[in-house]
Amino acid sequence: MVAVTAGDWFSTPENYVFLAIALPLVFAGWRVVTSSNVVHAVLYLVGALGGSAALFLLLGAEFVAWAVVLVYIGAVVVLFLFGIMITRAPIGVEVELSHPLRVRISAALVSGALFVLIAIAALTAFGSESIPEAEVTRTADIGQSIFERFVIPFEVVSVVLLAALVGGIVIARRDPSPEEIAAGKETL
Amino acid sequence: MIITQFVILGAALFALGVYGVLSRRNAVLVLLSVELMLAAVNINLVAFDAFVADRIAGGQIFALFIIAVAAAEVGIGLAIVLLIFRNRRSANVDELDLLKL
Amino acid sequence: MTGWETLLTAAIKVAVAFALLLSLTIVLVWFERKIVADMQNRLGPTRAGPYGMLQTVADGVKLLFKESVTPRRVEFALYIAAPIAALVPALLIFLVIPIGRPFTLGDRVIDLAGTDLNVAVLYVLALSSLAVYAVVLAGWSSGSKYPLLGAVRASAQMISYEAAMGLALVPVILFTGTTSIRAIVDAQAGEFLSFLGIWNIVLVPSFLIFFIAGVAETNRAPFDLVEAESEIVGGYHTEYSGFRFALFFLAEYINIFNISALTTTLFLGGWHGPTFGAPEWLAWVFPIVWFFVKTVALVFVFVWIRASLPRMRYDQLMQFGWKRLIPLTLVWIILSTVAIGFRRFGAPWG
Repeated sequence: MVAVTAGDWFSTPENYVFLAIALPLVFAGWRVVTSSNVVHAVLYLVGALGGSAALFLLLGAEFVAWAVVLVYIGAVVVLFLFGIMITRAPIGVEVELSHPLRVRISAALVSGALFVLIAIAALTAFGSESIPEAEVTRTADIGQSIFERFVIPFEVVSVVLLAALVGGIVIARRDPSPEEIAAGKETL
Repeated sequence: MIITQFVILGAALFALGVYGVLSRRNAVLVLLSVELMLAAVNINLVAFDAFVADRIAGGQIFALFIIAVAAAEVGIGLAIVLLIFRNRRSANVDELDLLKL
Repeated sequence: MTGWETLLTAAIKVAVAFALLLSLTIVLVWFERKIVADMQNRLGPTRAGPYGMLQTVADGVKLLFKESVTPRRVEFALYIAAPIAALVPALLIFLVIPIGRPFTLGDRVIDLAGTDLNVAVLYVLALSSLAVYAVVLAGWSSGSKYPLLGAVRASAQMISYEAAMGLALVPVILFTGTTSIRAIVDAQAGEFLSFLGIWNIVLVPSFLIFFIAGVAETNRAPFDLVEAESEIVGGYHTEYSGFRFALFFLAEYINIFNISALTTTLFLGGWHGPTFGAPEWLAWVFPIVWFFVKTVALVFVFVWIRASLPRMRYDQLMQFGWKRLIPLTLVWIILSTVAIGFRRFGAPWG
């Protein structure tokens, strides 16, 4: 069933580059979900996203890679700050950011099973089929494709963003007090 | 490079994200774990895009869409967390049991 | 070129770029102090060297030998990482800016830029968005209230103005039809009024918005709430001293130079300029001179703004960013897109 041999994983220099990115990436992901300090967890997430951007460069997806750095890593700063403000993270170890051990063990079982399932499925389906030599995708081609083939999903995404923008403001704004409404100052 | 490497890496990150969502108590950290899962999906999409040498770059474009949707998700998610924190003085997901009688 | 030659030229380019940036910082600090002194009817530094030119060197040497005080409540790893996180993106951004026309050495053509990417504009924006991490990390890891206040201000400010900065470049990309910086510079070459090309400065609103957002991104006056001395001591770098502080200082001046160089490259024709019919062996000097003349002129504007305008209030800063700059940019994107569409495809009814 499993047709992967060690040679497929270590045959080309690119494989070593992949491992040099992937192993720290998994470590960073591990620390995101286990770190006992909110700020550290956010920084490890930044590391993980940076690693994924490096993988995109390896695969020749320059535009996506830099978009990840710009949008994702740039936006995560906001999460970072909310993490600090909401949990009032003092420097040092924060207690009770995770559920008790009983819950964590069952969570580990579920996610472990999921990983094994996907891994076996991938090995069965693809074995050691290799990715063809990656050419760098031209930005112009991506633009062309978005506005021709994928124009409807693109419009849908833009509507989703608009809805999220309005929704975010409506949810997060402080409700005006009755006195403010009486004084006609119920705007933002 | 073989495609299985990327799929297994994606699976590992996704599983870590699932673990995080299930095991974290603080709502901000739950959001972080969701981000991790989305990053895993992006890796898979771009890897398969390169694997099938897609002429219209569908995988990359859907990765871009996921980035946009993730931004929306973070915005709304944080707005909700902020509101909950304002009302309950806590951002722990297990204390949000008002609907339980 | 063979692999080794490529590697060697890359190494030389990187070394030259970094040496250039470091020495430029020394000159720029002196330049700023002299200009501000002039505008305020003072003399500025006069003691060290002719016209006080060596003052920055003396200050730098002093900072290197000062004790780096580490407060007790810092989180050490992040505290040390923050100044490095400030400096590295600043150095990396400069690598995609061409400072002169390609240089021919024997049969080899060497670009006077570190490298060029297909998505260089995106690269620049992405790296400048990383600068906020340095401020936030420094502010948080110092474990002290003024740095944290500075960091919170910084994150809101830099994220807000980054949006305007990125959007301001959309018309430029549409106008030149490329995201590669080399191609953007090339698109601005040509004969117009006999020696000048059509520079992207014809997109005046983009130019102004990009430059204003650039001033805000570098946390310079009048947007220097992040390090407002009179309100929050020194902001995010309050707890830093000696060499670690010097790194922040260096990053700030390199960023000023980067923004000026980028504005030159994207809007003012980069290294293009008249060569006055110079012979071929001399002709490569003029582009470099033009590049630095334009860039230093923009640095002068930075200093001029600093000497003229008072610091904004926080609510004014946010109002200006979100309610003036970004809507203006969006309207400008629509208008310029229509104009560029007409220019490229002709009128839809014609």
